[in-house]
Amino acid sequence: MSSFMLAYIPRKTPLHALCGTTKFVFFILWSVLAMITYDTRIMLIMAAVSAVVFVVSRTRFSEISFIVKFLVVFMMVNLVTIYLFEPEQGVLVYGTRTVLAEGFGRYTLTAEQLFYEFNVLLKYNMVVPVAIVLIVTTQPSEFASSLNRIGVPYTVAYAVSLTLRYIPDIQRDFRDISRAQQARGVELSRKNSFRKRLKGAAAILLPLIFSSLARIDTISQAMELRGFGKHRKRTWYSGKPFTRTDAAVVCIGVLFFAFGAWFTFRDGNRFYNPFTGR
Amino acid sequence: MNTETKPILAFSAFSFKYTAQKEATLHDITLNIFPGEKILIVGPSGSGKSTLGNCINGLVPNAFPGTVSGRFEVGGETTEGKSIFDLSALVGTVLQDPDGQFVALNAGEDIAFALENECVPQNEMVPRVADLARLVAMEPHLDKSPQDLSGGQKQRITLAGVLTNDAPILLFDEPLANLDPATGKQAMELIDDLHKTTGKTVIIIEHRLEDVLHRPVDRIVVLENGRITADLPPADILSRPILSRAGIREPLYLAALRYAGEPPAPEKHPQQVETVAFSPAKLAAWDAAQPEEAHQTRGKPILALDTLSFSWDTAGTAPPVLDRVSLTLHAGERVSLVGKNGAGKSTLAKIVCGFETPSSGSLYFDGEDLSRLSIKERAGKIGYVMQNPNQMISHPMIFDEVAFGLRNRGVPAQEAEQRVHEALETCGLFPFRNWPISALSFGQKKRVTIASILVLNPELIILDEPTAGQDFRHYTDIMDFLESLNSTTGLSLLMITHDMHLMLEYTTRAMVLSDGKLIADDTPAKILTNDDIIEQASLKRTSLYDLALRAGLSHPDGFVQRFIEYDRKERRR
Repeated sequence: MSSFMLAYIPRKTPLHALCGTTKFVFFILWSVLAMITYDTRIMLIMAAVSAVVFVVSRTRFSEISFIVKFLVVFMMVNLVTIYLFEPEQGVLVYGTRTVLAEGFGRYTLTAEQLFYEFNVLLKYNMVVPVAIVLIVTTQPSEFASSLNRIGVPYTVAYAVSLTLRYIPDIQRDFRDISRAQQARGVELSRKNSFRKRLKGAAAILLPLIFSSLARIDTISQAMELRGFGKHRKRTWYSGKPFTRTDAAVVCIGVLFFAFGAWFTFRDGNRFYNPFTGR
Repeated sequence: MNTETKPILAFSAFSFKYTAQKEATLHDITLNIFPGEKILIVGPSGSGKSTLGNCINGLVPNAFPGTVSGRFEVGGETTEGKSIFDLSALVGTVLQDPDGQFVALNAGEDIAFALENECVPQNEMVPRVADLARLVAMEPHLDKSPQDLSGGQKQRITLAGVLTNDAPILLFDEPLANLDPATGKQAMELIDDLHKTTGKTVIIIEHRLEDVLHRPVDRIVVLENGRITADLPPADILSRPILSRAGIREPLYLAALRYAGEPPAPEKHPQQVETVAFSPAKLAAWDAAQPEEAHQTRGKPILALDTLSFSWDTAGTAPPVLDRVSLTLHAGERVSLVGKNGAGKSTLAKIVCGFETPSSGSLYFDGEDLSRLSIKERAGKIGYVMQNPNQMISHPMIFDEVAFGLRNRGVPAQEAEQRVHEALETCGLFPFRNWPISALSFGQKKRVTIASILVLNPELIILDEPTAGQDFRHYTDIMDFLESLNSTTGLSLLMITHDMHLMLEYTTRAMVLSDGKLIADDTPAKILTNDDIIEQASLKRTSLYDLALRAGLSHPDGFVQRFIEYDRKERRR
């Protein structure tokens, strides 16, 4: 089941040693920059850095193969759909039209469209490896404290931790309930009509929801009895201290973000345009 | 007890009524508990003992609103207007469900939870958590996630977590409910050691009297219908007919002595089987007077497992969950399947029902290879009843719930109706057929789930912990019902259980799994008197055996069997 889900993988690397908050802040800056920039030079640098970060984390491909395959398929679908819906998007963005091959109707192939889609592809390569590394190198319990440290109220941050805590239990309940209902004749296979499958799903989900609600009651009582919500602040048992390395990483993150944003917008256009020879 | 000191907990003429209910749950409670005392509160389900516990920790009336009258003081101060947080500084609570109250992602964090909420800095927190973990012998497990801890370990972690704020009162709400017998015994020992070393006031709410009395308590408070009907030292309580009237099971060794004409009395030290005074000659005479047990004839074999193995991990590096298990069940048998958590009991049941596929080995039912049948097809032969009825019930009305399996199988409406009515009749639910399920008690819901399986006409029903969380009266109801099903319809029963009484009294054969291997297959009386198996399977030796040893009886396991037969006849009257 573990290859299915993306989860923390304990290992000894410099990335594992970093404080969760640092990684969080870095990841947010990185993602925002990745979202706003279309400057291909910055994007190439970021994709390369992403690849290096991934290698440094010593994550094996087999440990994340499921999610990677899923994302590759998702990315392909995304690229094809862009072309299907907006075959001239690149022309619109870059203002020139270099036809490489004539196709059917509006579906011609232009160098601008190819370059535009290459940029979209780069975006995936900039963010996905960093996101995976964030998850596999950070202890789940550090997520809540990290969110809290960057300003999210602790009651909200703790909900993240509780979700992670109960996902395996609910998965197990789901498995048990669904098997027991299948024994009573619930059919979920595609052989059956949509209505029948919907009814079958309800027969599994209703007991799951009701038993989970009972669970929530117990948890909230247990938390209250141990003083959760008593004070406006709380401290965290897990979570690494913020070291000089962390400070350095955050600094590098902020500087790179500032540089990237400046470089992207210095001519008032967030796209790098190789076609006009500017 | 020193009455000069002031009570740390004092109820006087205290009553409580939940807002949602018509009748008060607690009536006129007057109870003083003094610092350093160890008190056991017993009572059947619905007696109000959990409500009383919730009053002590402040969940009543803060989380469960209602009307309070009379006074309740903790540490000399009234609790009126006190929040759960105020009271948590004085009362540490260990709730019933070790899994549900484990809120954090690993053991260390869970111990630290209350400290975190008190804003204790991390550098102070870490050594304190380590100290407390050592106190409950859990120090090596601080990094483990709740999924990797057993029920008993989770309970220890919770206990350590409760000890962090040094509250003078510790409240345990049914600490034995989710533990296997050996772990329960260790839990009582740990609570007793903590009581001795810390001098805290300890309040235990339980209905398993004999198991709690494994270590001494100062007083036993009996609750019935929301009123305190007794508040006495254990020796006195055990010597009076209070317990059986309140639906609390008296210790088995005392029942045996009573039958042998040796009723308990306070001066005989009846609290423990090791201390109780009795005449061995009388017990031996009673034993000799019992008729020899009739030999049971076995029906034809129905379910056969042949060298069945199962492993989660296909690479084969982890030890298998089931390791070459071979066994045969016969028609009309009542068999218990026992073993500690993770021994493979549930996995075995799931493989039989087709929920999991074995790694190797084969299964036959009536000579037919089960591997060729789907989950749905197997359910026509073998029914599976889950532990928690709420996980099975998917319809609001009783009739629809029971009819569900038949409708899914396309049985014509008229035939389905007839079969549902028959199943409801058998389960004593016919008068309720048009009721909503939400109006039923837990035990009745359990019957609905059994009816919904029975309606498919299986030859064997597998029940996962059929009596978990039930008091003696409800437990007896369910088990007598299952037994009558077995004797009238010839239905075979396989019950997964931790409950040694269930094993002894309601099954004729017990199979013991340990680390995925079948290590014993014998009568329950023989198994519960075999120290090797008891230890491997995390069971507990029955006190009847200890009594027989003390009396010097020549066949202690035979005595256990004879007591069970006699006791059942006696209780039927």
